[in-house]
Amino acid sequence: MSETTKAIPMASETSMAARFKRYGIWIVATIILLVAPYIFSSGASITTMCLMGIMIVFALSYNMLLGQTGMLSFGHAVYYGLAAFATAHMMNWVIKTGAPIPLPLIPLAGAAAGLFFGIVFGAVSTKRGGTAFAMISLGLGELVYSSSLILRSFFGGEEGISADRTKLLRFFGYNFGSQIQVYYLIAAWCLLCVILMYAITRTPLGRMCNAVRENPERVEFVGYNPQFVRFIAFALGGLFAGVAGSLAAINIELAQASFVGAAQSGAVLLAAYMGGVAFFVGPILGAIIVTLLSIKLSDFSEIWVLYFGILFITIILFAPYGLSGLLMMHAQFWRGPLSSRIARFGKLFGSYLVAAIPALIMILGAILLIEMIHHIVQKSAEGPMMHFLRSSRFTVNTHTALPWVGGIVALIGGFFAFRMTWPVVAKAWNNALADAQRSGA
Amino acid sequence: MNSAVELKDLKKNFGKTEIIRGVSLDVKSGERHAVIGPNGAGKSTLFNLISGRFLPSSGAIHLRGENITGLRPFEINRRGLSRSFQVTNIFPRLSVWENVRCAVLWSKGYKYSFWQNIDRLEDVRARTAEILDQINMTARAQTPAGVLTYAEQRALEIGITIAGGADIILLDEPTAGMSRSETEHAVALIRKVSEGRTLIIIEHDMGVVFDLADRISVLVYGQILATDEPVKIKSNQKVQEAYLGAAGHD
Ligand SMILES: Nc1ncnc2c1ncn2[C@@H]1O[C@H](COP(=O)(O)OP(=O)(O)O)[C@@H](O)[C@H]1O
Ligand SMILES: [Mg+2]
Repeated sequence: MSETTKAIPMASETSMAARFKRYGIWIVATIILLVAPYIFSSGASITTMCLMGIMIVFALSYNMLLGQTGMLSFGHAVYYGLAAFATAHMMNWVIKTGAPIPLPLIPLAGAAAGLFFGIVFGAVSTKRGGTAFAMISLGLGELVYSSSLILRSFFGGEEGISADRTKLLRFFGYNFGSQIQVYYLIAAWCLLCVILMYAITRTPLGRMCNAVRENPERVEFVGYNPQFVRFIAFALGGLFAGVAGSLAAINIELAQASFVGAAQSGAVLLAAYMGGVAFFVGPILGAIIVTLLSIKLSDFSEIWVLYFGILFITIILFAPYGLSGLLMMHAQFWRGPLSSRIARFGKLFGSYLVAAIPALIMILGAILLIEMIHHIVQKSAEGPMMHFLRSSRFTVNTHTALPWVGGIVALIGGFFAFRMTWPVVAKAWNNALADAQRSGA
Repeated sequence: MNSAVELKDLKKNFGKTEIIRGVSLDVKSGERHAVIGPNGAGKSTLFNLISGRFLPSSGAIHLRGENITGLRPFEINRRGLSRSFQVTNIFPRLSVWENVRCAVLWSKGYKYSFWQNIDRLEDVRARTAEILDQINMTARAQTPAGVLTYAEQRALEIGITIAGGADIILLDEPTAGMSRSETEHAVALIRKVSEGRTLIIIEHDMGVVFDLADRISVLVYGQILATDEPVKIKSNQKVQEAYLGAAGHD
């Protein structure tokens, strides 16, 4: 676990190097956020990055509960969604009254709403940990979602509540009409929230959250009330989820019932798990990848949700610590002189490449079969011809044997070839480990 | 002398079986008090009652004169009573350092602070380092507690218990499973940290008991057979029959 490998903090370090180590990562993050729209400058990319920024905040807020404190919530979207509605109403109120509040400050209203509902619902649900907590979170999620369909004046029914973000007081001349301006608003809030949530992990409460996750009973015998630890963590998680929901409402100028729904709660759970809940960066990676996949996969296939599900199951089965866990497993090879590190990683990744080729063939075979089955079952009216992954250049006739045989051969042959590469990877792994230990000694 | 822990006709039953059958005991402030008795006598249950883990079925528990019956474990801990567990009860995926630090935080007054950087809390750092040094675990500071050897986990269990500086310490078989030399070190440590404090210790090793205790209580089948000074316990006829002389103890 990341928390366990921290060096013993000796008397406060003040050297330049130590300072850079502490703040350098945030400087780098700021620069990345600033230049990203120049590198990925298309409108679609900027829209995607806005969604990523929102999801990063949301997934990290979720991990305050799950990864840090050991609370599995199935209803985290409640705080995200209610804050989105609070934001939309707040914007409309500001527009109506002409209150001198510029758009960049509006997420504070979302934070307040998230915190408020985090406190109210947290008081109910954090009394118990484990399964009881998970069930209560599910129930609260359903409760709020069904209320959203009943209380039409607050939730706006099917249409939701819309709000024109350009009608607020101008902020240094910006009216946030263009997506790039919204990007920088989201990026700034994202960075602020990430820094704050990281800082919280390094406080007495943050440490006790981990202790509650590990052994809530023992916590009681060192003077802490584990229920209260959970409660504060939950309320703070609600606050940051509220910021995320608020940014989402600003981003699309709309808050909808789906924001509080189970699908939204599920999405954040997927993002956190895929990225890995054991490391602080995990949910950040997960948020980026889930956002990217849910946009890109749908370009390729109608049944992208199926592939998404298979990917999720694969990660849970073979990388229980998520993508960040996979990355962190490689940290142990990062020692010794730079040239030897590069050589070591070169050999290791070479072996990955050897394994990746048959794996890719296997996956393509599987996708071909799935797509053909889908075509025959769902779209037989369109005739036998199918565009593979929506590519007009690569069409297959589902009524001939060749693509079926090809798919099966690729799937099974690819699998066995892939299996044969496992010892190669294992050997490369062991070599890298031995090599790293030699150069570490 | 003031009493540190006073038990008044304490009873505890699980379902129909009565495990603690009317225990009254007055442990004086500053005394080192051993509780001995055969397996299953109810010694650990007694600790669970005193520390708030279980609610007594009847009777009362007083801590320095204050009735603490029914208080939650953390409330009792905040009043200066800390306990260890017979079955090691630590934070397995946290480092040794983190384990001890968690037990230091409340006593230094940081409570639920989420606005202070923990690495800058010099008093917490110093106290944690001091405890690690006392339990001989400084070299293991960064090791996850779950991968320690059994004896190391027992030492950590003691470390967590004493880290908060409680002035009433309850240790449940702290040396069980330790080697001779580990036991010696643990006893020296217990002697040192209980200096000027109140210690209640459950212990099977009679060498340790007679070495350490000012007074001994013998618990048999949920009742106290005798409470007295070690020499008198040794020569007590009832104790001889029920416990010391017989094959009862291990
Ligand atoms: N939570 C519990 N529920 C039911 N029975 C228990 C519980 N805890 C202890 N007991 C029973 O109480 C008796 C005394 O146990 P314990 O206090 O652990 O004995 P000792 O520590 O003296 O060996 C045992 O018979 C044990 O099975
Ligand atoms: Mg016992």
